[in-house]
Amino acid sequence: MSTEAKLEIFAALYLVASILFVFGLKGLSSPKTAIRGNQFSMAGMALAIVTTFFHPDVKTSAWIWAGLLGGAAVGVPLAQRIQMTAMPQLVAALHSFVGLAAVCIAAGTFYGYIGEGDGISRGMLVEIGIGGFIGAITYSGSLIAFGKLQEILGSSPLVFRFQHWVNLTLAVVMLGLCAWFTVAVDPMAFWLMIVVALFLGVLLVLPIGGADMPVVVSMLNSYSGWAAAATGFTLNNPLLITTGALVGSSGAILSYIMCKAMNRSIVSVILGGFGTEVSAKVTDGTQKTIRSSPIEDAAFMLENASKVIIVPGYGMAVAQAQHSMKELVHTLTQKGIEVKFAIHPVAGRMPGHMNVLLAESDIPYDIVHEMEDINSEFSGADVALVVGANDVINPAAKTDKSSPLYGMPILDAYKAKQVFVIKRSMKAGYAGVDNDLFYYENCSLVFGDAKAVCDGLVKSVSVQ
Amino acid sequence: MSTTMFGITVFVLACFVGYHVIWGVTPALHTPLMAVTNAISAIVIVGAMIVAGYKTTSIDNDLASHLVNLLGFSAVFLASVNIFGGFVVTNRILAMFKPKEKTQPTTDQEGSA
Repeated sequence: MSTEAKLEIFAALYLVASILFVFGLKGLSSPKTAIRGNQFSMAGMALAIVTTFFHPDVKTSAWIWAGLLGGAAVGVPLAQRIQMTAMPQLVAALHSFVGLAAVCIAAGTFYGYIGEGDGISRGMLVEIGIGGFIGAITYSGSLIAFGKLQEILGSSPLVFRFQHWVNLTLAVVMLGLCAWFTVAVDPMAFWLMIVVALFLGVLLVLPIGGADMPVVVSMLNSYSGWAAAATGFTLNNPLLITTGALVGSSGAILSYIMCKAMNRSIVSVILGGFGTEVSAKVTDGTQKTIRSSPIEDAAFMLENASKVIIVPGYGMAVAQAQHSMKELVHTLTQKGIEVKFAIHPVAGRMPGHMNVLLAESDIPYDIVHEMEDINSEFSGADVALVVGANDVINPAAKTDKSSPLYGMPILDAYKAKQVFVIKRSMKAGYAGVDNDLFYYENCSLVFGDAKAVCDGLVKSVSVQ
Repeated sequence: MSTTMFGITVFVLACFVGYHVIWGVTPALHTPLMAVTNAISAIVIVGAMIVAGYKTTSIDNDLASHLVNLLGFSAVFLASVNIFGGFVVTNRILAMFKPKEKTQPTTDQEGSA
């Protein structure tokens, strides 16, 4: 068969792979079809890899096998052992790998062409340069995000003076080096550009605070897609371009959803520094009182309720209270009480994180509801039980124009007949803001560790 | 049409497809969405394999050829960690999502069998 005809077949098979990816993502529209969808994606990837083995440019396969098997040996056990609370770190680490791979491919493609001695077009060099620096930014940015999530680095935003000017200068220098590289075809320029891009990636993520992490993880998800698309341009491969575009838009949409849920603009997240301003909450003189209840009282109210809505936050996962929570749900359901979960989009440390943590502890997904779907139901609920969440239920976001949270969409837990908030102490939330809900008449705090309180509730409810 | 323009056409249209498909994903599955997009962004393995499978046609350039292979090997390895890690963890997460138990699950199964 002629090489020409062969390449046509490759293109067709790659097209099938991209279609499989689209179906794979479409499957995620419901938990029922999601597993099938994932199988489509895996089939697409397998098809792409097998096809590439027969590519005319692949002249030796020893290195490929070594890389594939090595990657499987590392990736599979990693994925099997990772704790669900540590998913954001895993995702950040994996993003960095895609970025570094893109840098290696850009460099390898360049040296390959140079080695052949045949002419390399200006357009090609531009594409290699762009693929290289997007990859490098993704790599170092993801490493910093990983460090922050894993708490190797402090999660507080690191801001210094003239930061934005430094970043801008670095970006200009990077683009200048890229231009030099394409004109002079100088490997030196390529590597200098990569070094500058690495610095830029670090500086872009360092100023972003812990509370904004869900946005950063989504943003880097998006970058890893753009890096793949740029590599696709370098290699003139539509499969890489299509897939990169799919992943890139996915990350971009998730970033948008997260920003909206926090009432933050994407620009202010990127510029960073959230959480640095000390919220000077002026005490207005009037002594505000909070109510607190012993576990038994809360248990009594829960038991006599007909509808309970639970609002979980990341604090629940930190306290390892999911299993006790499941027991509580089970006990209440057995008594004929309707129990639902209300999830704020930013509950947890990455998009959809809380849903996974609840699913992990065997809480059925059909009693877990998103904010828009359940907010209207709070007024009909007898008890709202808040566990490890704070800012996402603060009514100040609706009423107090001076609050830093003002404008953020919240779960309307305050509308329930009675609200119980399980809390370790009277500490302010992630954003460092006092919670007005605690002073509401229908709100009562249950002090203690989330897991211990849930266990106590289960015990009191089952005894009675 | 130049190959670059062709690429841009494909890219822009794919972004639209992505936009529509991703808005259809239920928010409850956003974490597995990130895990699986992570895995499929490792499609760069196609490029990595081409670089790793490179062999020079001129004999005097053996060292450079090995350098290219080494870069390719690193890229294949990194992408492969992503592919295996990403898909396995996605499967693991999706398997956790279970609907409410039926009152009599055993009879249900017998009925459908």
